[in-house]
Amino acid sequence: MNRVHSVLRRWSTRWLFPIVALMLGGCAGPQSALDPAGQGAEDIARIFWIMVIGATIIWITVIGLAIYALRLKPGPHHRRRSGVWIIGGGVIAPTVILTGLVIYSLAFLPQLLARPPEGSLQIKVEGLQWWWRVTYLENGEPDFELANEIHLPVGEPVEFLLSSPDVIHSFWIPALGGKVDMIPGRETRLTLMPTRTGTFRGVCAEYCGASHALMNFTVVVEEPEDYQQWLAEQRSPARQPAEELTILGRELFVSSGCGACHSVRGTDANGRIAPDLTHVGSRHKLGADVLPNDRASFERWIRHTDDVKPDVLMPEYHSLDAAELTALAAYLESLD
Amino acid sequence: MSRISDPEYMQPTEEQDRFWILFASPTIWAIHLLACYITAAIWCAKFGETESAFTTVRIAFAVYTVVALAAIGWLGWIGYQQQRRVTDKTPHDDDTPLDRHRFLGFATLLLSGLSAIATIYVALVAVFIGSCD
Repeated sequence: MNRVHSVLRRWSTRWLFPIVALMLGGCAGPQSALDPAGQGAEDIARIFWIMVIGATIIWITVIGLAIYALRLKPGPHHRRRSGVWIIGGGVIAPTVILTGLVIYSLAFLPQLLARPPEGSLQIKVEGLQWWWRVTYLENGEPDFELANEIHLPVGEPVEFLLSSPDVIHSFWIPALGGKVDMIPGRETRLTLMPTRTGTFRGVCAEYCGASHALMNFTVVVEEPEDYQQWLAEQRSPARQPAEELTILGRELFVSSGCGACHSVRGTDANGRIAPDLTHVGSRHKLGADVLPNDRASFERWIRHTDDVKPDVLMPEYHSLDAAELTALAAYLESLD
Repeated sequence: MSRISDPEYMQPTEEQDRFWILFASPTIWAIHLLACYITAAIWCAKFGETESAFTTVRIAFAVYTVVALAAIGWLGWIGYQQQRRVTDKTPHDDDTPLDRHRFLGFATLLLSGLSAIATIYVALVAVFIGSCD
């Protein structure tokens, strides 16, 4: 008996507790569908919990019956009564339960798919290998553009217009709602309604190539006045460099040809291939939520791009020496 | 001549059995799913902007579902009759042409039940989804 206890204790310490802790880690945090911060996510989480509770009851019942039949009352059972259990438990009960669950979950679909009221906030998001082009719309027309970060006012519905110019991606903010595919040649839509403030994480939920797992974005849900202030900042052109180092950085940005792919509003850089960098210094993360937003990360990204994000289109800039790299990184960091 | 004294009824030959009947119901379920999917895709792509577009899709779903359930029900009935041949006692797992015949009927009946439920589940989507959006 003591041996059994010691084996169980060792097994629990080595396997059970770490596995349970790992699984429970998914129940909260910025990317958890089980810690909802939006109306759609709340509905989905409710469906999930009802299914979990129902499945647990069914599992306990089935295992209980198996223990009863094999351990508590082994031997032949009454034929007709066994038939009732087989037909009732094996055919009728699953049909009734599954029908109930199908109807219950389908009933949520209309509200999950409903369009927001006229005049609601609209944001166009394009999924590209492996980043997100985010365009805020004003009366259906582009207002300003940024990348890999979305800010939303709490308590207001927002409609996302989703598309992709390359391969199929899927737009998913687990804490706010369901996911919708982004299909080349089509525009799909998703309505979300954030219910509490916070910083959340969005992901691409459809395998889209080598760096699929490195295609994420930050979602900031904030009070309406903070959101309005952020809007005003994002609409403004890029800050002019004031220090010697950042001025040199801007010159390097121009002379290295960065503007052929990137845009920085208020300068001659107006490339459309890569992310808009007008306010890149103000973003939470770099490289589609891969690196912290600091000078060292800019340097790493420019010098070792393919190490950070395999197969990415941006070339590595080995032609810059250490001082030039620091200046360019300082300029980008100053674009807040 | 009563059926019990009919040797052909009591001892069916394997040549009389129709194997295709076993998978006919799941095939109807698959065709029903495809028909619903293709109808909704084409109709919504061509007329999705109009208010009445999905009403047409719903009517099409209803017609497909009635036809599919009627066909599945008929196949289930054939299976039921087949598994009751000579006796309705179960099991029918002896190595004889009669038991194989009855087993085929029983499997057809069960698969028809499954296909009918699955067909209804497919059609249920049109009850809850009210537009091409």
